[in-house]
Amino acid sequence: MADHIIPHITDLEALERYAIHGRASLYPERTKIMVGMATCGRAAGAEEVLEAVRESIEERHLDYAVAETGCIGWCSQEPLLDVWVPGRPRVTYGRVKPKQVREIIGSLPIPRTDLALAVMTGDDNPVTGRYHSYCNGDDGRVDGVPSYSDLPLFRRQLRIVMRNCGIVDPSSLEEYAARGGYRSLWHALFSRTPVEVLAEVLTSGLRGRGGAGFPTGRKWQAVRDAAGGPKYLICNADEGDPGAYMDRGVLEGDPHSVIEGMIIGGYAMGAHEGVIYVREEYPLAVARMSEAILQAERADLLGKNILDSGFSFHVSIAKGAGAFVCGEETALIASIEGRVGEPRPRPPYPSEKGLWGKPTCINNVETWATVPVIVSRGGEWFSHIGIGKSKGTKVFSLVGNVANTALIEVPMGTTLGDIVNEIGGGIPAGRICKAVQTGGPSGGCIPAEKLDIPVDYESLAQAGSIMGSGGMIVMDDRTCMVDIAKYFLGFLEDESCGKCFSCRVGTQRMKEIVTRIAAGKGREDDLRLLEDLAWLVQETSLCGLGNSAPNPVLSTLRYFRDEYLAHIRDHRCPAKVCKELITYSIDPAVCNGCGACVSLCSGKAILGEKKKLYRIEQAQCTKCGACLESCKFDAVLVN
Amino acid sequence: MVRLTLNGSPVEVEDGSTLLDAARLYGIPIPTLCHDDGLTPYGACRLCVVEVGVGKLVASCSTRAAEGMVVRTNSQWVDRARRLLLELYVATSPQSKRIQDLASAMGVRECRYEAQHEDCIQCGLCVRICNEQMMAGAIGFAGRGKSRHVSRPFEQTSELCRQCGACLYVCPVCELRCQAGTAETALCNGCLNFAPACFKTYDDAMCFLEPCHACELAGPFRADARTSLRAATTAR
Repeated sequence: MADHIIPHITDLEALERYAIHGRASLYPERTKIMVGMATCGRAAGAEEVLEAVRESIEERHLDYAVAETGCIGWCSQEPLLDVWVPGRPRVTYGRVKPKQVREIIGSLPIPRTDLALAVMTGDDNPVTGRYHSYCNGDDGRVDGVPSYSDLPLFRRQLRIVMRNCGIVDPSSLEEYAARGGYRSLWHALFSRTPVEVLAEVLTSGLRGRGGAGFPTGRKWQAVRDAAGGPKYLICNADEGDPGAYMDRGVLEGDPHSVIEGMIIGGYAMGAHEGVIYVREEYPLAVARMSEAILQAERADLLGKNILDSGFSFHVSIAKGAGAFVCGEETALIASIEGRVGEPRPRPPYPSEKGLWGKPTCINNVETWATVPVIVSRGGEWFSHIGIGKSKGTKVFSLVGNVANTALIEVPMGTTLGDIVNEIGGGIPAGRICKAVQTGGPSGGCIPAEKLDIPVDYESLAQAGSIMGSGGMIVMDDRTCMVDIAKYFLGFLEDESCGKCFSCRVGTQRMKEIVTRIAAGKGREDDLRLLEDLAWLVQETSLCGLGNSAPNPVLSTLRYFRDEYLAHIRDHRCPAKVCKELITYSIDPAVCNGCGACVSLCSGKAILGEKKKLYRIEQAQCTKCGACLESCKFDAVLVN
Repeated sequence: MVRLTLNGSPVEVEDGSTLLDAARLYGIPIPTLCHDDGLTPYGACRLCVVEVGVGKLVASCSTRAAEGMVVRTNSQWVDRARRLLLELYVATSPQSKRIQDLASAMGVRECRYEAQHEDCIQCGLCVRICNEQMMAGAIGFAGRGKSRHVSRPFEQTSELCRQCGACLYVCPVCELRCQAGTAETALCNGCLNFAPACFKTYDDAMCFLEPCHACELAGPFRADARTSLRAATTAR
């Protein structure tokens, strides 16, 4: 696709010609096989699957189109393979193994449904507001296979940011154009003034998706009104939360949406230069983004004199070295400028003095990707989605002890319970939900009793957590909250920039205290000390990282105080996680001496004879838990 | 000129003054560990926090005074923050006399942490004086989080270092050592016992020391010491 010469786009007809090309590859006249080739898919083995698809097709001399797509968000079923036969629904196969590919392709032209996970009967396009049906005439339902629109995982979702993820080939500008891409840019440049574009964003009520939730329109207004120039735009793709990958999904699945959003922003704010700050740990996202920039430049959609409108806008990529704190805007700017990534006091805000001392607008990937939809459908339309002061949709990466680990996008105001139990499919293995951690390492743990709260900026803050960038970790009753607090403090003590004494030493000391409690050596007054420290770090640190760093401790102390007390007073870990407080033993009544655990024991602590009884020598036990996992008869006891 | 309210009084300071400048201009002492008038403000030690408006603590050394600001340098919150900070400082660097003195003066009476004897509090004074005043740039910060430390390029002796010793001169930890701490606590508080008595007479003559040594030493930070002293004298 990328090889043929891209004609310059200078009028709407040319853009339409692109779209026609794109439609031809998006919905071809022949059978199309798609493999989800985002980083998550690749990690699960999508490259081997794609290879098998190519081999299989070559072997049989079939005239099928093969396409790579981004991630549709169904992480628990990766690698995903989709078969689309013209006039029929798109059939999705999950957890595909290379050797299954031959069977699936062998069954064509009628796709096998016994292995299928779901069928997609068409796709919604939020940019145009139209629905594209794949099926001729009928509703396309297939007996025995659920449709995407019936699946709890997808039924409640509304995909605006992830509109093209898993549908288009991210390396194809044409397919993006076929989905209504760059039309918003066209409309903005030729039928709206910059002020009108800005007014749409203000009306939409869009708030920054990076975590703090500052109204995007007001930020744009401030940059537009700021004196001096040149002005800069920055796309913040420095996503560093453990277990969160919303930005990566968008960058890898639909890079052009971010570019289009930035160009529109540049037009509205009078900026001509944009920087995408992405972490180097996302090599595929960097590659996809670089490719998209090159394509857009060659098509005259980016660069000098865009679409012959006289407006110029350039985008470059800056790679971050993976410091979590560089997601903070002033640290990010310092990092782009080549200085140490440490935050500086605000004011002056970046909208007055940002990159190279010039007015700068920093928005998150999701925010930029939302902009084209707002421009094409209007701020009014967007403002009807969501709840209260939180408008639109939000992407969450739903991970942890949940049946469907997934990348989802739901309207603001969907309750946590709906997300976990309906979309996420509840907790697997008959366990019960204990808490949901939102907002990444500096977010808080919301207990299961509070799952009825709607997900919006204000409600989450009230519950002692934050929206953050959208990480959502579900924990079941086998999770120890002291252990969780210890884990996040460990992350923060490494990732604090270390400039403010209170944040650097405060997180270290909090970790020290929580570690002591987890080891059963805590003292009663440690909780008081923890609260003092948490207050100190929160109040006296400079940036958002420090201000929110104590959240994991504060929220677990607020909702799970008894668990801390059990560690301190009874030297007991109720969830049986903290190594110092548990012992493994073998129930002589149940053990049949199969010996499965013996070879796995890292400490060589399991003594006994095969077919007879085994026992665990406590002095040698490292408490790794391998025996517990390996025992098929539940003979290993934890106390 | 910028007009603001400082501890309840309306005051005026020059444009561009920081809150620390403003407070010092009006004779209000604010403790700092990372500030030096000859160096750019850094805002790392956080000891100079003051309350702006209601409940918002900012580092006064790196916050510009703005028209209409309401600033309090001695509110309950500020005091609590400083005491908790100093408790942490003492545990990190119990051998620094500066820190021990500040802790005593601010009324820190217990240290609930185990002493770590790390000494360096990363105030950045040495780095800044080397860069800004000595124009050498021989030392800087390396790493982040708990592994952040003052270092030389590639951990080698730098050719840029002229061994001028300016870094030692400004260091709040190296300058004066305190033989602090017992096995139980890192906090010394020993100086509290040395608060000199205020003599009404010196031998037979009246005391005319101006300013009085005792009063000087028992300065604004020593209010606590003075009170305990007065209590002790009265009891006697």
